Amino acid sequence: MEYALDAVDITKKYGDYTALNKVNISVPKGSVFGLLGPNGAGKTSLIRIINQITIPDTGMVKLHGQPLAPHHIADIGYMPEERGLYKSMKVGEQCIYLAQLKGLSKSEAKSRLHYWFNRLDMEGWWNKKLQELSKGMAQKVQFIVTVLHQPSLLIFDEPFSGFDPVNANLIKDEILKLRDDGATIIFSTHRMESVEEMCDHIALIHKSNLVLEGRLNDVKQHFRDRKYAVSLICSNQEESFSRIPDHFQPMKLQLSGLDNTLDFQIRIPESVEVPQALHTLTQLGELTHFSEVIPSVNDIFIQTVDQHG
Amino acid sequence: MDKLWLIIKREYLNKVRNRTFIVMTFVSPLIFVAVALLIGWLTSMNSDEARKIAILDMTGQDYAALFQSNERNEYIPLEQVSEEAAIEASKQADYYGLLVLEAGPLGLKRMSFYSDDSPSSGFLESVENRINKKATDNRLIYEGIDLDVLNKSRVNEELQLQKFTGEKTSKVSGWVKIAAGGAAGYLLMMFIIIYGNMTMRSVIEEKTNRIIEIIVSSVQPIYLMVGKITGTSLAGITQFLIWIVVGIILMGVSTVFFGVDAFQNPVNAEAMMQAQDASKIQLIANDIAQLPLLKLVGCFLIYFIGGYFLYASIYTAIGAAVDNETDTQQFMLPVILPLMLAIYVGFFSVMDNPHGTVAVIFSYIPLTSPIVMLMRIPFGDIAWWEIATSMLLLYLSIIGVAYLAAKIYRIGILMYGKKTSWKELYKWLKY
Repeated sequence: MEYALDAVDITKKYGDYTALNKVNISVPKGSVFGLLGPNGAGKTSLIRIINQITIPDTGMVKLHGQPLAPHHIADIGYMPEERGLYKSMKVGEQCIYLAQLKGLSKSEAKSRLHYWFNRLDMEGWWNKKLQELSKGMAQKVQFIVTVLHQPSLLIFDEPFSGFDPVNANLIKDEILKLRDDGATIIFSTHRMESVEEMCDHIALIHKSNLVLEGRLNDVKQHFRDRKYAVSLICSNQEESFSRIPDHFQPMKLQLSGLDNTLDFQIRIPESVEVPQALHTLTQLGELTHFSEVIPSVNDIFIQTVDQHG
Repeated sequence: MDKLWLIIKREYLNKVRNRTFIVMTFVSPLIFVAVALLIGWLTSMNSDEARKIAILDMTGQDYAALFQSNERNEYIPLEQVSEEAAIEASKQADYYGLLVLEAGPLGLKRMSFYSDDSPSSGFLESVENRINKKATDNRLIYEGIDLDVLNKSRVNEELQLQKFTGEKTSKVSGWVKIAAGGAAGYLLMMFIIIYGNMTMRSVIEEKTNRIIEIIVSSVQPIYLMVGKITGTSLAGITQFLIWIVVGIILMGVSTVFFGVDAFQNPVNAEAMMQAQDASKIQLIANDIAQLPLLKLVGCFLIYFIGGYFLYASIYTAIGAAVDNETDTQQFMLPVILPLMLAIYVGFFSVMDNPHGTVAVIFSYIPLTSPIVMLMRIPFGDIAWWEIATSMLLLYLSIIGVAYLAAKIYRIGILMYGKKTSWKELYKWLKY
């Protein structure tokens, strides 16, 4: 597989504190890569290293196979979690300035900005000062500043915070479109449902260490633990539930749809074949639903973090 | 390099377009003139009411006649009473003062001035001089000396001050130099503080609104720092040059309007009387013209840029180390202290002796040299090599200080929430 970004053995210390401990991450080209971890795990440190804002103590970062060099900044777009723009500067002027810092020419920046302003319904903002815009509007400007120089690697830190659902969706679609156009996206967030929706790869950093990395489906495959959701129609729910074998570790769900329906989860032990378990369940009532419970990213996150203390 | 240029341009335009800058540049000279006029007016108001001064002359030689009441002082001769009674009476009448002349065998024995206030030394001196002159004359007459002969044979030649090169100067030349040096030094200090603070605030602003992360993911922090300092200093130079141009225009205007009036139409008698003074004024004007003005302006610019870069580096480091402006207080003292020291050295040591050891040493120490050397320059004959050495030391130290400041800066701008201590700063230097 071709990788857009390789981080090899990255260690970063601040005085006595280790922010990153021998972290290895490979981001496949054209993927949306979810960088996850609790607060203070070291995500921002890693992102800053990729952006060459700070230098790792050991290890190296490769962009498209080449060791990271100053000229690569033009090929990376970064939207920090804490958004910031000059408050008293006009929107257009500011975007041109930031684009020029990324290496675009003034005229090129201008024409691209007009394209984006048009696309995101922002015409008429050009001569407004940033402090006149609402938070959501400022976020849109920030998004454009991040993508304007058409970098091949985009890093979004909590890209949806501050957006209303309509605009969040708009931005989500824009991000996915950028990926379809060939960009690679690194995506750091605490909103697990958007990871579920958008990411095809994830990495989890916990207490400065990489504890999980891989294709989202592979990770989920790994975390499958023979958990199944079952619905039965039966006359006496309590009685039927008590008849479920104990080694299935039955767990009743409260959100029953119908009065005569019993919804519960079981975990089928290794020693029991699934068809066999299915057979046992049919003895208890009329089986209307039987499906494997695929662990959510949320579950995986919590489980992994708990496991590593 | 292109990016550095971009940053300098943005910082410069940002400062220059700012409403405060425009107001400061064009209104502050007006305010300055207005304040000067106001002070002058208030001073004249202050001495409007005549002070009442009683005179008790016990000599019988009519010294009181020496003192004619005028608009400033009203003299009240007291009849023959005792000194105690005179004091009591003056107190009762709330007089400003009481002059007592006691008789002795040779006319005047003692003179005293009673006042709860402290009269100016100029006033006291003039009182002394007048009485002493009359007392001296009296004694000379008593000794049988013809005053007319004495007065005729009195030589009263004034010392003509001249340089070895032959240029004439006035006795007030020293004051002109002090004024020029003091103004230059003080202006420089104000510029350093104002523009240094501006740089610091701009760093804090970038840090608090987090644009810093976007910028440093595009350029190295050192570029941003240097660009910011340079852009702001250019704004300062712009302001200074505008002031110079405005000053030249104002001077030209004032010569046209007042100069012609004063020298060519001496209409009233008073102006005639002041004809002699006029030549004095011309001498002072000469003095001002003879000040190394070009050298002063040139050195001002070079020392402003150097001094500003030195202090601005420190200011940016402080700005990067804190989260908001109130936290800067604890770091301010070491910045203000050398500046104050320089001003004090300038006003005391330099004016006392521009070539004294203290003055010379402080005009080499980079933190104080811009101000101290600038104040020495009007006094002339500072060798070029002295100025060059002082400038060289200043600019060399900028490299060192900026290097250390950059280390603090690049770490500080990414640190949030923690209140920074001196110890912390020291640690950052070692990262």
